[in-house]
Amino acid sequence: MKFTCLSKGGGSNFPPCYILDFGGFRVLFDCPIDFSALTIFSPVPTDFDDIINEETSDCAAHKSSDAETVAQKRRKLEKPLDVNDLICAEPWYKTVNNLHLWNVSFIDIVLISSPVGMLGLPFLTQIKGFSAKMYVTEAAARIGQLMMEDLVSMHMEYRQFYGLEESTAPEWMKWEELELLPSALRNIALGKDGAEIGGWMPLYSAAHVKDCMSKVQTLKYAEETCYNGTLIIKAISSGLEIGACNWIINSPKGNISYISGSIFFSGHAMDFNYHALQGCDLILYSDFSSLDSTEDIDQSSLSNESSNWEELSKSLSNCEESSKEMEKLDFICSCAIDSVKAGGSVLIPVNRVGVILQLLEQIVMFLESSSLKIPIYIVSSIAEELLAYTNVIPEWLCKQRLEKLFSGEPLFAHIDLIKEKKIHVFPAVHSPKLIINWQEPCIVFSPHWSLRLGPTVHLLRRWRGDHNSLLVLENEVDADLALLPFTPMSMKVLQCSFLSGIKPQKIEPLLKILQPKLVLFPEDLRSHVRFSNINSSSVSYYTENETIHLPRLKESSELEISSDLASQFRWRILKQKNMNITRLKGELLINHGKHQLLSGNDQADPSENKPLLHWGSPDPENLLAELSKMGINGFVERSMTDAGSEEAFTVHVQNPEKALIEVRTEGTIISAPDENLASRIFEAIENILEGI
Amino acid sequence: MAIECLVLGAGQEIGKSCAVVTINGKRIMFDCGMHMGYDDHRRYPDFSLISKSRDFDNAIDCIIITHFHLDHVGALPFFTEVCGYRGPIYMTYPTKALAPLMLEDYRKVMVERRGEEEQFTSDNISECMKKVIAVDLKQTVQVDKDLQIRAYYAGHVLGAAMVYAKVGDSAMVYTGDYNMTPDRHLGAAQIDRLQLDLLITESTYATTVRDSKYAREREFLKAVHQCVAAGGKVLIPTFALGRAQELCILLDDYWERMNLRVPIYFSAGLTIQANMYYKMLISWTSQKVKETYATHNAFDFKNVRNFDRSLIDAPGPCVLFATPGMISGGFSLEVFKRWAPSEMNLITLPGYCVAGTIGHKLMSGKPTKIVLDKDNQVDVRCQIHQLSFSPHTDAKGIMDLVKFLSPQHVILVHGEKPKMASLKKKIHSELGITCYDPANNESVYIPSTNYVKAGASDAFMQSCMNPNFKFLKRGSEEIPNASIQRCTKALSPLQVSDERVVEGILIMEKSKKAKVVHQDELLLKLGAKRHEVQFAYCCPVSVEKLEKTATTDLTPATNVSSVTDKCILIKKLFTKLSSEFSVGDFRNLGEYIRLESFQASICSKDSCPYRITNSFQNKSKAVFFCCTWSGPDEKLAWKIISTLENAI
Repeated sequence: MKFTCLSKGGGSNFPPCYILDFGGFRVLFDCPIDFSALTIFSPVPTDFDDIINEETSDCAAHKSSDAETVAQKRRKLEKPLDVNDLICAEPWYKTVNNLHLWNVSFIDIVLISSPVGMLGLPFLTQIKGFSAKMYVTEAAARIGQLMMEDLVSMHMEYRQFYGLEESTAPEWMKWEELELLPSALRNIALGKDGAEIGGWMPLYSAAHVKDCMSKVQTLKYAEETCYNGTLIIKAISSGLEIGACNWIINSPKGNISYISGSIFFSGHAMDFNYHALQGCDLILYSDFSSLDSTEDIDQSSLSNESSNWEELSKSLSNCEESSKEMEKLDFICSCAIDSVKAGGSVLIPVNRVGVILQLLEQIVMFLESSSLKIPIYIVSSIAEELLAYTNVIPEWLCKQRLEKLFSGEPLFAHIDLIKEKKIHVFPAVHSPKLIINWQEPCIVFSPHWSLRLGPTVHLLRRWRGDHNSLLVLENEVDADLALLPFTPMSMKVLQCSFLSGIKPQKIEPLLKILQPKLVLFPEDLRSHVRFSNINSSSVSYYTENETIHLPRLKESSELEISSDLASQFRWRILKQKNMNITRLKGELLINHGKHQLLSGNDQADPSENKPLLHWGSPDPENLLAELSKMGINGFVERSMTDAGSEEAFTVHVQNPEKALIEVRTEGTIISAPDENLASRIFEAIENILEGI
Repeated sequence: MAIECLVLGAGQEIGKSCAVVTINGKRIMFDCGMHMGYDDHRRYPDFSLISKSRDFDNAIDCIIITHFHLDHVGALPFFTEVCGYRGPIYMTYPTKALAPLMLEDYRKVMVERRGEEEQFTSDNISECMKKVIAVDLKQTVQVDKDLQIRAYYAGHVLGAAMVYAKVGDSAMVYTGDYNMTPDRHLGAAQIDRLQLDLLITESTYATTVRDSKYAREREFLKAVHQCVAAGGKVLIPTFALGRAQELCILLDDYWERMNLRVPIYFSAGLTIQANMYYKMLISWTSQKVKETYATHNAFDFKNVRNFDRSLIDAPGPCVLFATPGMISGGFSLEVFKRWAPSEMNLITLPGYCVAGTIGHKLMSGKPTKIVLDKDNQVDVRCQIHQLSFSPHTDAKGIMDLVKFLSPQHVILVHGEKPKMASLKKKIHSELGITCYDPANNESVYIPSTNYVKAGASDAFMQSCMNPNFKFLKRGSEEIPNASIQRCTKALSPLQVSDERVVEGILIMEKSKKAKVVHQDELLLKLGAKRHEVQFAYCCPVSVEKLEKTATTDLTPATNVSSVTDKCILIKKLFTKLSSEFSVGDFRNLGEYIRLESFQASICSKDSCPYRITNSFQNKSKAVFFCCTWSGPDEKLAWKIISTLENAI
């Protein structure tokens, strides 16, 4: 059993990625895209001002001699980053580089734990020889597919601008070009040691997405699926996002659970179901969210030595973080209200579906309470379908939302808000309906959070000079770099991080409740969490790109023996060892993660139930005594030929007929003239040997 | 341990479905329904049979409700709120959402129409529903350490489920009501191939085989269309849920296609609200309906509006859905009184109406007058259309499911006695599965499956996986017509089989888990060495006779010492043995011949210690074959030896 962390990711939009070798199968956890790297590209230059800018500044430089250009570009290294440093080309997308070091055709299973965790899947399914079975929850698959389709359609804008690219590596990927990049961009493109250039991929097409989705197997929460008869795989809700999950793999060799970023109390998705993870032998802890946590860890609360189950679960059910999360949303809303009151507009390019849905409800409430009639626009090619979808999936939502189903109300308020024309949904910035309806100030939700793709780019260009307008950014982007193409920015920027995992103070009580034998824990988090005493579990720490060999989880495989076979057992008692043994013969059935031994077709003939295996050493006196009990007499001749082995001897049988018994340490040879005598002698020898 | 199935309802009848099954010590109640045909104590299952002391919390581990129809859920509030059961109750999400509507609807009708004393209150219903745990399809729910349940799509109504329950190594399925063919708004039942000890299945149509539903749906649409085209009014009395939505999908779709403008009304309160549930639960409908949710939710009926009492006598055609079904009172009765006297109008009735209702009276014969009470009667001149599609599986569907699941035992419920008996016979004779059709309050006992658990060592598992090839030569006499065989190339003369041998040793030690090991490991564990017991016999064979029987060219074997001669002799012996022993696969390995553990080689020693027999005199013309074998092949070895000696 081996385990490798391919990438520790970065935030909830770029989850970690692992490979696990278990029971002869290779499992890949998640296949995301690192969109934060997209910021090294320049957004599509549609704005007239930009083109003018480029012509005046950059083109002037280009007109000078080649040598000079290089020199000038070199000089840029020292200067702070400039708009023109960004790569002007159709962007490629950065995937988990270390994954490309593995032969993906040897991956057997892919487990996806959130919608963003599957965005890189079409890259894999394009590869010839890739044949792994991919499991995704139904809701994550639907939302993930919509995100991929949206990505492809947003990317089209680049393709239309730059034209079709030749299949070879683009200009910007050439070493001489990369060398010239400012160090900040070069680090993103190449990684620290320059190896990460291999992770860049040209975007997949809509056909690739379709093909990929047709190969994905979707699951419900807690639906058991069986891989190859031996592994039972289950997705358990993690609370992070609609459809997001943790995984349980059961096998006769042990049980493993994979804990991704999990949220105990969600305002939208079904809560983190940690009870289902109880009793696993191994926990792969992959929630890196506490790394970004800015809160001071209260050491005193950590050091509580309680191992009382009730107290532990009480400490987990403390829902402080969810109320903090609501406060955060309220704060964003109040900032938005301030902006629109001042006549500015608000742009919210947030990626998390659950956060958007909650924000929509909150903002409408805030607008109503301050009796403002400000339109809310959602501009995205997939918004209509996504919003319709979120209202038909009560099975995937948290308890409060579910209660709405049972009382016959819509799951999310947006369905009614759209009908009441408080929210308007448009597929793109250039859609005719938008142009007719557009009013400013307004509040706009649109992709993409990297500020390089989608309607966001156009709206940001429109409002960047308005100091009353507000941009709400996720914390996962490097704001300076992301906003570089939009400088000078007069717009206000509100950068916020949303809850994306287990709080550090809850990790220890959680592991205490789950009681695994072994925990694999990120080395990076070692300083954030102190394990005072997790009952009997042992903790191993892992780092990125290091393979850890794990001990086997169970001493032996589980085997189930059918009762009709068990009823045929003939027990032999070994007195000296105080054990009962029996020979076992049947048919092995490997079915649904279980090894079962059934009685075979050839029913054992009871007369055939003779020992096949003997051990012990016959003693001449005992043998003679046994023989004489059966009316067989003879004499012993100590063998002289076998020097050193004192146990060797020969019995010459005289009565009833002549026969020979040769006894050596390793075996006995019976030679008798007829069957009857031979078998009687055999019986006598069996009586003084042990056998089965 | 055994499985006990106590049928409290729907035994040889339809109504008050309730089966209490005990598997390996766990007791599960499947459905908790009421009988619509009775007003007395027979309306509910006899719960006292579960526990005399009425301590239901300890007697039952969980209740599972398959769908929201009253004959499956009707007694639940009574059982939880009046009888006091407080344990877990499981339903699918749609059932949990829709069951309280059905129960409330029924409660109102009972109280309003019959002025009956309430069996349970509105509060009882909502308190009861709070205890319900909603489950998704295919989700494996761990009720407790040993009991596992799982719901599968049953297709009968929105949210209907077949339920799989497993305790230890025993497992069963309770189907509830199901439909094996998809219809306009629901898919067909779907279930995994499971290893089952018991299948409890409904048998409403135990002997009927039906054709497609589409023809009958067309009939219904035609009747409605003709009526409204002639300016008539159509009354469709239904219950709030299920049938109303199904018919409405049909009509709404038809209206779109035919571009009809005639209004479709829902009587106040009932169904518009119910549609809200259907819209959110669209993922539980058929594939076709499901796929369209983003652009247009099929339950967002375009042509449907709310009905107002003043519209009853308004001129012009219309279609009206009104509760309750079967015209047992309430609004549908009010409208019936006004519309029935006109021959332009149409009333559609469901396939089944409880005796005593107006619906039942209309269906039995063609009455021209319906007497409501002493003073009131209604002239019936309108047309009556009976809906003949029903969301139950037919006999073929039941047989298909039983065959697919191949359980050890089948119990039939929810059907009519004589038809069930004939289906029972059919299942037994055609599928060879024992089948029962117990009456109410009867118990059926069947054995359960149990496995003995043991740990297995790697070496044992490895040895199980090792290929074990066997090569069997097919004799030419087995091929009846050689020329045909040659043409088809179907059978090659050599057959290879790979029957893996699973052999090991089970060890039980005090206070340790049973463990299965490979036999080599046992010795290692015991610290003992193997002591092989073998037999040896140096067998004289007359050369002349051997040569006579052998078909190869005759070479006098005067000198047996040379290797080539040995080989020739071995070959001769091989030919002889192969021809005389049809069973077994002799192998000629040059120096010796082998069959299982039996080995024979030429003995060139002058005095072999194993040459015990004195029977053979003519030593000069004999060749000695030294034979060895071990215990299990004793019989076979002596048979070979006697063959060899007889050759003398």
